[in-house]
Amino acid sequence: MNWSSPVTHHVLLVVFGVLGISSLIGLILSKRATTDAGRATVANLNARTNSWWVMVLVIFSALALGSIGTTIIFALVSFLALREFLTVTPTRSADHAALFVSFFMVLPYQFWLVHTQWYGMFVIMIPVYAFVLIPMLATLGGDVTDFLERSARTQWGLMVCVYFISHIPMLMSLKVEPLRMGPAGPVLFLIAVTQGSDVFQYVWGKLCGKRPIVPKLSPKKTVEGFVGGVLTASVVGACMFRLTPFNPWQAGLVALLLCITGFFGGLVMSAIKRARGIKDWGTLIEGHGGMMDRIDSLCFSAPVYFHVLRYFFAKD
Amino acid sequence: MAGWLTTLRHPIDYRMLRPLAVTLTRLITGANATWVNCEPRADRVRVYFANHGSHLDFATLWAALPGDVRDKTRPVAARDYWGRTRLSRATINVFNGLLIAREGITRRDNPIEQMAEAMRAGHSLILFPEGTRSHDGVIGEFKAGLYHLASKVPDAELVPVYLQNLNRILPKGHLLPIPLISSVVFGTPMLVEAGERKHDFLARAKQSVMNLMAHTPGTSTPQSS
Repeated sequence: MNWSSPVTHHVLLVVFGVLGISSLIGLILSKRATTDAGRATVANLNARTNSWWVMVLVIFSALALGSIGTTIIFALVSFLALREFLTVTPTRSADHAALFVSFFMVLPYQFWLVHTQWYGMFVIMIPVYAFVLIPMLATLGGDVTDFLERSARTQWGLMVCVYFISHIPMLMSLKVEPLRMGPAGPVLFLIAVTQGSDVFQYVWGKLCGKRPIVPKLSPKKTVEGFVGGVLTASVVGACMFRLTPFNPWQAGLVALLLCITGFFGGLVMSAIKRARGIKDWGTLIEGHGGMMDRIDSLCFSAPVYFHVLRYFFAKD
Repeated sequence: MAGWLTTLRHPIDYRMLRPLAVTLTRLITGANATWVNCEPRADRVRVYFANHGSHLDFATLWAALPGDVRDKTRPVAARDYWGRTRLSRATINVFNGLLIAREGITRRDNPIEQMAEAMRAGHSLILFPEGTRSHDGVIGEFKAGLYHLASKVPDAELVPVYLQNLNRILPKGHLLPIPLISSVVFGTPMLVEAGERKHDFLARAKQSVMNLMAHTPGTSTPQSS
């Protein structure tokens, strides 16, 4: 992160300003809430805000430590996400070797590839080698019950929680210009737009949400929330063009793409949860559920964003 | 492996390893405890009985108890399995385990009497009524020991416990654990009812463990986007 750039100063001012104001509003609301339901809503809101403080501090310390710090932090995020994903999707004891290899070999190696910036291997290791290896190990378990489903679950876990998430720190290896606040800029743009889209959809949904989009998957996602949230986040994205090599209208379009892929990422993860009869992936982050509940939209937007940047904007 | 320990002038007191064992167990299993219609009580003698699918079961259940309750609670383990080597005996000692005979029971070497004695001394017990570890989360039939013990110590509360995912973290026949998240659900304490037959009681006990599956975390958390 380039500390001397005015863009960095603006970003820090805006992010911590917004968080400070949210905490202040939460404090005022908690004093004014009178009904039990009102108090519960405000308590949930404040738990979310507090969790945001922690998440923002973690992200900024990672970015401040540069490429290595960001890689380590997202390796941990990926580990916690994979843990939640495989906890929820049932496997059998015949999958033990495949799961052990996923956690302790595939995951560390993928982030090692991010660190060494060996792009060719980074991009095929999980889709090709891990994809082949997982069912190979599962056959040795000698159990045919739900064989395809079990292999697919482990493969999906690796793709979504490890492969897709590893694209976030890999953004820092892209040779794109100009980067006024350094290689942290595009990472911050991705996280701010995708997460911002979630927050704005939540706010618009609360304000005027009526028609649910897919009530079976996610009763709280409404047409009004979606349109309002996506448009707001895209405009905010366009305003953040200085973090990226984009001009304002490019930034707006890429932000729109991130919002839409992020929205469907959330919906897909929600479908997996509902199929298992659960509401949250875990209990790690207060007010948000588990790690997967917080990063579900990033899973889908990160790889798409990476390749848009690489194809249209990177030098080689 | 632990042979050199016994040659020390002062034998090692395994109790000092207990806090480490608790921390390590919680780290590996990521276990969170849920109490359904049941409070942790250090002043009650109880039998915690649970489904069994992993070597981690007794350690996880024991580590999930609050400290004061845990100090008074002993996991029951099979002597023919856990008594074989010095290392396995040392492990059982760290967890304050009670070794009992599964086979070759005589009047003098009677596991029920041994357990009842520990309970009369004020200890609660952790018991796996299936008698052995099952595969892939299937809960097997309960053996009669729980019924006989309950008849012998009639004022003890029998607490059903459901252990989730431990059979996936460290399944039978595997050496290395994988880092999934497990949970321990404690249910409503029960007693043998007056005139209740052995078969009926054992079926009811098994059902009470299975009913706790619906209370594992994540199944009923309110408010999430």
